[in-house]
Amino acid sequence: MIRFAGDSGDGMQLAGSRFTDASALFGNDLATLPSFPAEIRAPAGTLPGVSSFQVQIADFDILTAGDAPDCLVAMNPAALKKNLKDLRDGGTLIINRDAFDERNLAKAGFDTNPLEDGTLKGYRVIEVPMDELTTLAVKDTGVSGRDVLRSKNFFALGLMAWLFSRPTQPTLDWIDKKFARNPAVAAANAAAFKAGFNFGETTEATRTTFEVKPATLPEGTYTNITGNTALAWGLIAASQKSGLPLFYGTYPITPASDILHELSRHKNFGVRTLQAEDEIAGIGTAIGAAFAGSLAVTGSSGPGIALKSEAISLAFMLELPLLVINVQRGGPSTGLPTKPEQSDLLFSLYGRHGESPIPVLAIASASDAFYMAIEAARIAVKYMTPVLLLSDNYIANGSEPWKLPDLDSIPEIEVEFAKHPNGPDGKFLPYMRDFDTFSRPWAVPGTPGLEHRVGGLEKEAITGNVSYDPANHQLMVDSRAWKVANIANDVPEVEVEGDEDAELLVLGWGSTYGANRAAARRARLEGVKVATAHLRYLNPLPRNLGDVLRRFPKVLIPELNTGQLLKHLRSEYLIDATGLNKVMGEPFKVAEITAKIMEMTK
Amino acid sequence: MTLSYTRADFQTDQEVRWCPGCGDYTILASVQQFLAGLGRPREEFVFVSGIGCSSRFPYYMNTYGMHSIHGRAPAIATGIAATRPDLSVWVITGDGDALSIGGNHLIHALRRNVNIKILLFNNQIYGLTKGQYSPTSEMGKTTKSSPFGSIDHPFNPVSLALGAEATFVARTLDMDRNLTQAVLQKAYEHEGTSFIEIYQNCNVFNDKAFIQLTGKEERVHNRIDLEHGKPIVFDEGRKAVIMRDGQATIVDAASVDPKAILVHDETRPDPSIAFALSRLSHGPFGPTPLGVFRNVSRPTYESEMSRQLEEAKEKRGPGDLGKLIRSLGTWTVDEAGAITEN
Ligand code: SF4
Repeated sequence: MIRFAGDSGDGMQLAGSRFTDASALFGNDLATLPSFPAEIRAPAGTLPGVSSFQVQIADFDILTAGDAPDCLVAMNPAALKKNLKDLRDGGTLIINRDAFDERNLAKAGFDTNPLEDGTLKGYRVIEVPMDELTTLAVKDTGVSGRDVLRSKNFFALGLMAWLFSRPTQPTLDWIDKKFARNPAVAAANAAAFKAGFNFGETTEATRTTFEVKPATLPEGTYTNITGNTALAWGLIAASQKSGLPLFYGTYPITPASDILHELSRHKNFGVRTLQAEDEIAGIGTAIGAAFAGSLAVTGSSGPGIALKSEAISLAFMLELPLLVINVQRGGPSTGLPTKPEQSDLLFSLYGRHGESPIPVLAIASASDAFYMAIEAARIAVKYMTPVLLLSDNYIANGSEPWKLPDLDSIPEIEVEFAKHPNGPDGKFLPYMRDFDTFSRPWAVPGTPGLEHRVGGLEKEAITGNVSYDPANHQLMVDSRAWKVANIANDVPEVEVEGDEDAELLVLGWGSTYGANRAAARRARLEGVKVATAHLRYLNPLPRNLGDVLRRFPKVLIPELNTGQLLKHLRSEYLIDATGLNKVMGEPFKVAEITAKIMEMTK
Repeated sequence: MTLSYTRADFQTDQEVRWCPGCGDYTILASVQQFLAGLGRPREEFVFVSGIGCSSRFPYYMNTYGMHSIHGRAPAIATGIAATRPDLSVWVITGDGDALSIGGNHLIHALRRNVNIKILLFNNQIYGLTKGQYSPTSEMGKTTKSSPFGSIDHPFNPVSLALGAEATFVARTLDMDRNLTQAVLQKAYEHEGTSFIEIYQNCNVFNDKAFIQLTGKEERVHNRIDLEHGKPIVFDEGRKAVIMRDGQATIVDAASVDPKAILVHDETRPDPSIAFALSRLSHGPFGPTPLGVFRNVSRPTYESEMSRQLEEAKEKRGPGDLGKLIRSLGTWTVDEAGAITEN
């Protein structure tokens, strides 16, 4: 596992993602974890300004971005200070020696130079004068001034490519393409990259290289994808499978904005994106689009979802199909905008006024976002209800290889707009429910004879007229709840993986998927019997979940919150489970979960 | 297709539940009559409202409609209009709904120039919540929530709309059905957001707020009827409006050269003079302009949106999902586990 760390201006995200892509092409399985400051321009050289990108590559099926890096690239003292504690003992440190001057040392809070004071004893340290070598490498390429050192990240990348035996050609091709409009920069980056690679090959300092052989992935065609991109593509797929035009009304917010960016590029798919004046208008425009017959979606993160809460209840009351995406981040309030957390679960399940039990689904990994977007859309239009789809910052910005699906094998989403009056005397009854799904007809404006009014006031069953009748309110509250509860009969049961006779079940939801499975695998290697299960449906819960939970003497629920699923399951099933909880703005380390499994099965 | 409708075709079977004597009744009748006269298929109209007395309006219109949540009607209507340019989308709102809780959505709808027609029923009071001061109540107004007089400076809705560069801005009176019909006609024909402030009498909580414009005696002196292409004179020709030091100013008509009298031009690209006219009154307490302040053309939001979609399809062809999921580069693993970059 490798971590690139430097100043946020040093291009670490670019270097890391390029290294990832080269590794993917080389056939390694991989998982990534970018980490960047919340401030766009935190002061250079300081600790808050450190940006890093971690990638785990392996020759086996890996499930997380890894716990402790084996190799750390530190472009300046602040990056070293912030990341050194994570480097495993004996790990390799690649250091840009030129950045370790007095000023940078002071900014990072070092009293003495760690390169000289013994701090780095126990690690394999490779000091490289990167500024100097980069400057030399790019001198004939035509870049000048501050642009010279901009190529430094490619020097680092080249060195890593050598160290990990990555093929160089894909990166060189990529540089040509990416910087085609600026040949001087392209030449400089290529020169720096080669210089880094050659430095590795010629220098004495880097005698041993790592060799990570290609993983044996199942046969198929792959791409490397982040959760936000997969989610956007899944929405487009849902639009095609349903024949409904896609509408995305939203307001920019970290870490959900990339969904907007991606969707806004694909107008040739008929995708309409609307960057609204605020979060409420984002969902407001989506509700309008849903009423008018679009596959309507809004997306945000915790603070924005809070603002949308009243409108989600409206959509639930109107019984209109709507997707609400929450890419969770650390909270409360502005919290940790660039870090993952799973702390909006109870808010998703219960965070609305009145009785509003809407369906809640959760994405398990980056590529899973594609399928879950389609599934959420299917449920929304079939049951005429808003659906909350949970992602988080780890899924959204992390990437993994995705075996491309056969698109034809993805079922169509059947949608039938009401065309004819459904009541006596040619009357249209907008709240007449379908016998099977209990959902009401979707009659879009422009359809003659079906003119009708919907609204936030309680409606009379069947006619939809405003009604304050007590018995009717009871009936409508129950009907809406029953409609949603009944979805449990239309979604898969939860599957148990691993040892059926295990003493312990590790149950997860959302982005803990990979870590839970990896931890269980490690525990099994230690001879422990353990099973895992993962929830993609949080409301309604899979119909077999109660039985599954009761089958195992012990249940462990790791969550990146203070125990929200645990609390929910206790209230639903009176099941005693154990939580493993953390809210440190980072995913679980596999070792943390493994340790808990070992402790509970001792 | 032109259909022959009567007002009754636009009425619903729901009992209208405003207070007897409320100005909302007259406006409802005006709008129903106006739509019937258009002969446009009923199913192509959508009425969206927020919360407040006026926002019950869609329940009484036999068209598509949504009674939504407080202040958000312009946003919801924007979503309808942006995805369905074939519809005629109307927003019914009030002074509290549009200018207080929904102020943000209002100004952004106006600046985007979405093709929606916004009818703001301004009764200068909160009616549904039973009589608190609103963002258009005059300073010093004594209400349930301002027993010592309101200390809030009120909005002038027409000035606000012009400030947001609305492309169509007008003001009318609930009682004046002829003016309302004329303004509705122009608003309907206008491509883009049309903003109409309708002074609406709340006879329960703010009766006679507009008496200066509706009273038999008073209205003669106070109604400034804006007519496109005509000099602005009122009070039976005794008073006129001129521009002086950048401000619209009321003078005795006899005291100025007739050529100095401001000729109303609702199509002026720059909104400054329309804004100056809106500043002639700070509420319906004296001489107040009525009619169309501004009517200019600018591309609508949805036409621009549709244009981008069409251009993208022309340039890149209709969306191909198979190509899209391969667009970031792919590699293939064969049976033996060997990898080739594609
Ligand atoms: S309270 Fe006023 S505005 Fe509301 S319905 Fe009664 S008269 Fe009309």
